[in-house]
Amino acid sequence: MQPGAPGEASRVISAAAASDLSHVEYTGADIKFMQGMIGHHAQALEMVQLLKTRTANDDMKKLALRIELSQDDEIRMMQGWLQVRGQPAPDRNAMHMHGATLMPGMLTPDEMKQLEEAKGAEFDRLFLEGMIKHHGGALTMVKDLLETPGAAQESDVFAFVSDVESDQRMEIDRMGALLAMIKEHR
Amino acid sequence: MKSGATRTMCGVCVGILTLATVGAQPKPDPRVGLKPGLHDAGEAAWNLERLANLAKPEGFFDPKAPAGNPAPPEPDPKAPPDPTKPDPDAPPPFDPVASNKLGFTNSDLAFSGNHAFVGNYHGFNTYDVERPTRPKLLASVVCPGGQGDVSVRGNLLFMSVEQTRGRLDCGTEGVPMPVSAERFRGIRIFDISNLAKPKQLAAIQTCRGSHTHTLVVDPKDPASLYVYGSGTSSVRSAEELAGCSGMKPDEDPNTALFSIDVIKVPLASPDKAAIVNRPRIFADAKSGSLNALWGGGDHGPGTQKTSVTNQCHDITVFPEIGLAAGACSGNGILLDIHDPVHPVRLDDVSDKNFAYWHSATFNNDGTKVIFTDEWGGGGRPRCRAIDPPNWGADAIFDIIDGKKLQFAGYYKMPAVQTEQENCVAHNGSLIPVPGRDIMVQAWYQGGVSAFDFTDAARPVEIAFFDRGPIDGKQLITGGYWSAYWFNGHIYGSEIARGLDVFRLKPSEHLSQNEIDAAMLVRSEETNTQFQTKIVWPASAPVALAYVDQLARAKAIQPERARAVKSAFEKADGVRSGDRKAAAAAGDQLDALARQIENDAASAAGRDAMRLKSLAATLKGRAAKLGG
Repeated sequence: MQPGAPGEASRVISAAAASDLSHVEYTGADIKFMQGMIGHHAQALEMVQLLKTRTANDDMKKLALRIELSQDDEIRMMQGWLQVRGQPAPDRNAMHMHGATLMPGMLTPDEMKQLEEAKGAEFDRLFLEGMIKHHGGALTMVKDLLETPGAAQESDVFAFVSDVESDQRMEIDRMGALLAMIKEHR
Repeated sequence: MKSGATRTMCGVCVGILTLATVGAQPKPDPRVGLKPGLHDAGEAAWNLERLANLAKPEGFFDPKAPAGNPAPPEPDPKAPPDPTKPDPDAPPPFDPVASNKLGFTNSDLAFSGNHAFVGNYHGFNTYDVERPTRPKLLASVVCPGGQGDVSVRGNLLFMSVEQTRGRLDCGTEGVPMPVSAERFRGIRIFDISNLAKPKQLAAIQTCRGSHTHTLVVDPKDPASLYVYGSGTSSVRSAEELAGCSGMKPDEDPNTALFSIDVIKVPLASPDKAAIVNRPRIFADAKSGSLNALWGGGDHGPGTQKTSVTNQCHDITVFPEIGLAAGACSGNGILLDIHDPVHPVRLDDVSDKNFAYWHSATFNNDGTKVIFTDEWGGGGRPRCRAIDPPNWGADAIFDIIDGKKLQFAGYYKMPAVQTEQENCVAHNGSLIPVPGRDIMVQAWYQGGVSAFDFTDAARPVEIAFFDRGPIDGKQLITGGYWSAYWFNGHIYGSEIARGLDVFRLKPSEHLSQNEIDAAMLVRSEETNTQFQTKIVWPASAPVALAYVDQLARAKAIQPERARAVKSAFEKADGVRSGDRKAAAAAGDQLDALARQIENDAASAAGRDAMRLKSLAATLKGRAAKLGG
């Protein structure tokens, strides 16, 4: 049974038609989004690795742990999503292998080098500014995906981008507050 | 920082958290190590019996599943089969992933008369449950959009839609264009007067779609029904729906964030249903700031990261006491809903162990509320040995003076689950046992767990049911979305495995009289997030349930207990028209009631309350004899 639009008649449909999700399957844009987001998240993990030896600030360490846990969990989810659908799932180190194009918000090699060479309060500032930009890029990726015809129609993708959006938005707010605090103390 | 505006409860309770000693629980826990499988998983049950399981109907799973496989073709007799070569005509191997796509997820439940409505991301299914041991599918309604949360009122069925694939015309083809008049995200209203062929009456578009919704009534406006719509997803563009904005409150005071949708449904013309308010229930009354509650983030070292309060996930209303409990992402809130269009926040709480405030359940007296924490969003395994017992759990709060929330205790389904089982606190309802607070609850692949929270600081599990993981190697999303009591049975909506029906079995934790008393409670409609006051008839099972509870607490003399039993036997044995016998039985009940009231006067706490309730039941029975 399939109802019509409000006020329209309902009709009987076959089980095959009822379970036909072929028009709301994942698209090339969804695959590219997942693949790109793995590299994107991987850079966040790389930045977190740098942080471990370059800051003395406990709030920063805590923040980094949060980012590490959530990004790691999401990378595994995205890899699983791709593997189940028989799509190439980039390794979390893939971005090194073939100088992949940078996704929105990602730090350039120069910016990464600058971060690597910084220490203490200067590192904290660069890290937060970099990560805010980085997370903002993830929001851009979500927005772009939702504005791509046919994308994010599959239930798994829709649920995932909803999560990414709310999670990254929250972390941006937290990092903004932390950054303001650090700047005050200088 | 906003933490100052939010009370963080339970500063010291981590140390005193004890899952009360339950000596009678089976050891080792039979829920550990169950065999995996979609329809042949190992099962463990304690004080619960599964009476029926009805797999999801056709159209609601991927037909590549074995249940739908055609018979294999006849082999060619001339060509001997090559055992080393896979048969190209053989049905594809069963793929639990494909058959259980998230797009076919079973979700929430509603009940009316002899019918159960099982929501699904893909539509909803209607079952005849007149015989709970043999539920029958009446109709499958295809209308995708997720989550498919359903409520029912008379001939109207309400359904939540949040996904961008949702279509006004219920089509399965999705909406490819980013801006489209064909897209539907919001609340659908169906006419179900013909259960076999529901018709869509109205579709109320909202900015954020509807993740869940709750029916509400205004006692002063019986001609209307109200719906609280909770959206949790992305806000759509103003090009698609005028007036929608997902900006921060300081950038746009008309943002669709930080509010809920209040929809008014004129019962005489439900097709005219429309949004009448978007109340700012997270606002600060003094400053007017819209986002005055939890700002997101953790609560200090070793604490949980709690989501930002810019939405409610679910709201449970209890109109008879004028209250609603909102589980609103970063906070639990208490609302005054005497004027349901303009709910007023009475209190808000936070908890450093909560990740995401997900749902709420009042006890029948309206003196407690249980909030659940959906840590990990429901798709992740959060009941492993390494997961803290107060993370992804229930938090039980006392309601002080009908307006303040005060933390009392945590409950988490205690059996360790595997890495392949998504598990966290989810939807449950009260089991109507008089004299006690008991809830049955779904824990996804952690199964169904029933627990007593009469002592809010020390909840105790009293029954459970669990299956092994869907798959032994990978996590396939599944398990119970909801487990609700309805007219004598417990119904479980299993994401992947269909509809399950259970009955309670008597044990030292729950007597046959207590079960019989719960069975007496009948309701014409049950929408779990719309709570109504349970009243028990003045009858023998109810009285004997109180007697059993008093005996368990050693608070009643055996001869008094026997006297109650024989007084009811005498009353129940009175033949109609025998006024003399009726008067004698009534006098006996009244006299006993007076004695028990005296007992109550010298008792304290719960014993005194149960003795008073017992006396009132005796008197009520006597009054029935007199009339």
